[in-house]
Amino acid sequence: MVYGGGMEAILENTTRGLYCPPGGFYVDPHQPVARAVISHGHSDHARWGCRSYLSCTDGEQILRMRMSDDAEFEFLPYGESAYVGGVEISFHPAGHILGSAQVRLQYKGRVAVVTGDYKLGDDLTCRSWEPVKCHLMVTESTFGLPIYRWQPQEVIYGQINDWWRSAAAEGKCCLLYGYAVGKSQRLLAGLDPSIGPIYTHGAVEKGTDAYRRTGVKMPETTYVGSLDAKERKKKKWAGGIVVAVPSAHGTAWMRRFGRVSTAMASGWMMVRGSRRRRAVDRGFIMSDHVDWPELMTAVQQSDPETVWVTHGYSATVAKYLNEQGREAIAISNRLRTEDDEEREDAVVEEGAAEEAEEVAAEADFGADNGRSGASS
Amino acid sequence: MKRFAELFHRIDGTTKTNEKIAALREYFAEVDHADAAWATWFLAGNKLKQLVPTKLLRAWAAEAAGIPDWLFEESYSAVGDLAETLSLVVPPGEVAGDEPLSVWITERLQPLRSMDEADQRREIELIWRQTPAAMRLVVMKLITGSFRVGVSKRLVTRAIGEHADITADVIAHRLMGKWKPTPEFFAGVIDPEIGDTLASQPYPFCLAHPIDNDVGPEPIGQVGDYLAEWKWDGIRGQVIRRRGQTFIWSRGEDLMENRWPEIESAADWLPDGTVIDGEILASLPGGEVLPFAALQRRIGRKTVGKKLLSEVPVIFHAFDLLEHDGEDIRSLPMVQRRERLESVLGKIDHGHLRVTDLIPGKDWETLAAFREESRQRNAEGLMLKRCDSTYDVGRVRGSWWKWKVNPYTIDAVLIYAQKGHGKRASLFTDYTFALWKDDALVPFAKAYSGLDDAEIRKVDRFVRTHTTEAFGPVRSVTPELVMELAFEGLQRSSRHKSGIATRFPRIVRWRHDKKPPDANTLDELLALLPKDE
Repeated sequence: MVYGGGMEAILENTTRGLYCPPGGFYVDPHQPVARAVISHGHSDHARWGCRSYLSCTDGEQILRMRMSDDAEFEFLPYGESAYVGGVEISFHPAGHILGSAQVRLQYKGRVAVVTGDYKLGDDLTCRSWEPVKCHLMVTESTFGLPIYRWQPQEVIYGQINDWWRSAAAEGKCCLLYGYAVGKSQRLLAGLDPSIGPIYTHGAVEKGTDAYRRTGVKMPETTYVGSLDAKERKKKKWAGGIVVAVPSAHGTAWMRRFGRVSTAMASGWMMVRGSRRRRAVDRGFIMSDHVDWPELMTAVQQSDPETVWVTHGYSATVAKYLNEQGREAIAISNRLRTEDDEEREDAVVEEGAAEEAEEVAAEADFGADNGRSGASS
Repeated sequence: MKRFAELFHRIDGTTKTNEKIAALREYFAEVDHADAAWATWFLAGNKLKQLVPTKLLRAWAAEAAGIPDWLFEESYSAVGDLAETLSLVVPPGEVAGDEPLSVWITERLQPLRSMDEADQRREIELIWRQTPAAMRLVVMKLITGSFRVGVSKRLVTRAIGEHADITADVIAHRLMGKWKPTPEFFAGVIDPEIGDTLASQPYPFCLAHPIDNDVGPEPIGQVGDYLAEWKWDGIRGQVIRRRGQTFIWSRGEDLMENRWPEIESAADWLPDGTVIDGEILASLPGGEVLPFAALQRRIGRKTVGKKLLSEVPVIFHAFDLLEHDGEDIRSLPMVQRRERLESVLGKIDHGHLRVTDLIPGKDWETLAAFREESRQRNAEGLMLKRCDSTYDVGRVRGSWWKWKVNPYTIDAVLIYAQKGHGKRASLFTDYTFALWKDDALVPFAKAYSGLDDAEIRKVDRFVRTHTTEAFGPVRSVTPELVMELAFEGLQRSSRHKSGIATRFPRIVRWRHDKKPPDANTLDELLALLPKDE
């Protein structure tokens, strides 16, 4: 699939991902390539093993956190341009996570925009999405069904803090699950520290550290793994909140917190079946992807001649847009699932290995009752 | 309605029994008897007769959301629940005032049924404008008749019992059978003075625990402490004779009228104040039990013709006596109830109402040998009932055990998948399996349960990435996965492409060690058919 055709082609959809022939680079490739332009640091967009990466400045800490130092990195602030093979490349806020960008490519008067993942709603931890006029728009469609409709984040923060407050009043510790990079920090930013202390799981701590180093304001947090075994034993977790990755749910790691109330924050929580499958006490509907109305607004405001739909309900969204009189095609038929983002977490979870050691150490500690040989 | 919606979401949001009971108890303490009656009625699994055709609801919702019909259907397929799809697709409304559940039902919902289409639509759209998604879900569930939330009737019974400070067994009895959700009825349910029972009211059924086939019956104690019977595969029922009338109830709490005339006329000979527990079975006059397939010809028939009556006669195989001379004798020991049962039925000596045979066994080995004969006798295995046990309500561990024969098993290839409903909506969880016939895979069974959540997710991922064709909601996948299926019975069927129908097929395990060529053949399945067929 080629957009523009002949010499005018800006983008081609190839098995390795979106390729820009005149520039000789890929945008968010699926496989290692020589030159990659990256929309944001999540692992399904920023694949490991490329020779060089070009990405947005705000996402530098996140990208470096997980990439090999051997690769070459170049960073470009929002709105500034770089030129490769006669193609003008610029990054524009996508509102998905810190440093997430829509990649704008201009070649011979034609403009293509690859949205990466994006949302239109506010986010305390990153810049808000801005429409970019283009001829070709490549959009994600993770939540591209009319059942998905988000509420303003203040409403969700209100629900989360209310839940924390009442669980704290019952003497419970809250466990709030969100993906390691992006969602967790967005959650942390909206927590009300006057309710109680805030703790982080290892994978979340790493992501939060990257945010702090970029200069994003985060509430004061304590990394659970920073406490030694003795401190952990004595610790009163009741009244606190722990922000953790979903894969920590139901593991030995969470036992230490005593009586808990658990919750998951994700767009998937919109549907009762997903909520129930999670087996958590609460599901908060907070997503960093566009919902149905946002997707439609974004297409309208970017006003492309052609839309390529990917990452999710591609065929559905393409069919609908065509019926609305806008040319659209699905360039990938793979549905996205909850697991996709959790695999993402696995990448950040060298933290998880440390946690596992902690648990083992704690078990030793318990057995020997008082010997403080455990380290973390 | 706000309060009822809140109850629904509290129950729905937790898996902990204690929290569900607490939510219910608080609800019953707060609302009046009119609301409590309706809430109990719905939670016990009752539903309103269709109020508005779902076809219309779907069309109106698509229009209200400004989306084409096909997009509504795709949304429905992703959500897996119509009421929920309606509640999500239509833009959220604002709560305008709040009326109690009973008022909603009697003044807003029930009148819908007799309205013309234009009025129905106006009312439904008004409801949508007045309900945010969470509350709308509950209202739509009442309207579409799909109200189900994670509570058993038993749990509701316990909660009402705790609320009213009456034992749950009494509440359970009062909630049996058909009743109308009126404030007076609910007042009766929680009345501490135990009133007399309705003539038609059955007792809650006592259920058996399964014996682990890998372990056998030794852990439950001495063989001499138990009565052994065949575990029949028919319809569990209660025959009630009170005040000159006969009532036959199924375990699903349906009053079965005119369905089993042989049993009804036999029961007319019983003395007043008699309640018998047993199994309705297709049987020859001598008592020999026919396969379930024979009984199936009579199930679902509202009235039974002469021809069918003579071809498939039924007999009530009685195994317990719950009420004798108008007295509830459930607290007597099993052996004494059995003696009285034999005496009561011995007096009327009727061919269609017979006491089920006891199986003699001096040790577990003897019984195990009998168990091996189950299939020839069209039984599912053995029942073991403690001689000294009372007749319990529900599945109480330790008094009744079922020792089923090992199921048939076969290795089959997954070839089609479909999304599930309810808890498993939006995942591919409904699978069709095939066996080899020459070089082709012939579909022969659909199976749902048996995999754990992690495995379901893996299969879901497999389906999404290995779809070869989609026919409506059904995905055809490349034949790669082999699973071991178990099922309880087999019968020839002209309606099935494979020529054979399986009973209760389910997945036992995912055979990662096998490839499609290792799966069984259709001929190997046919070889399992009982010899006499």
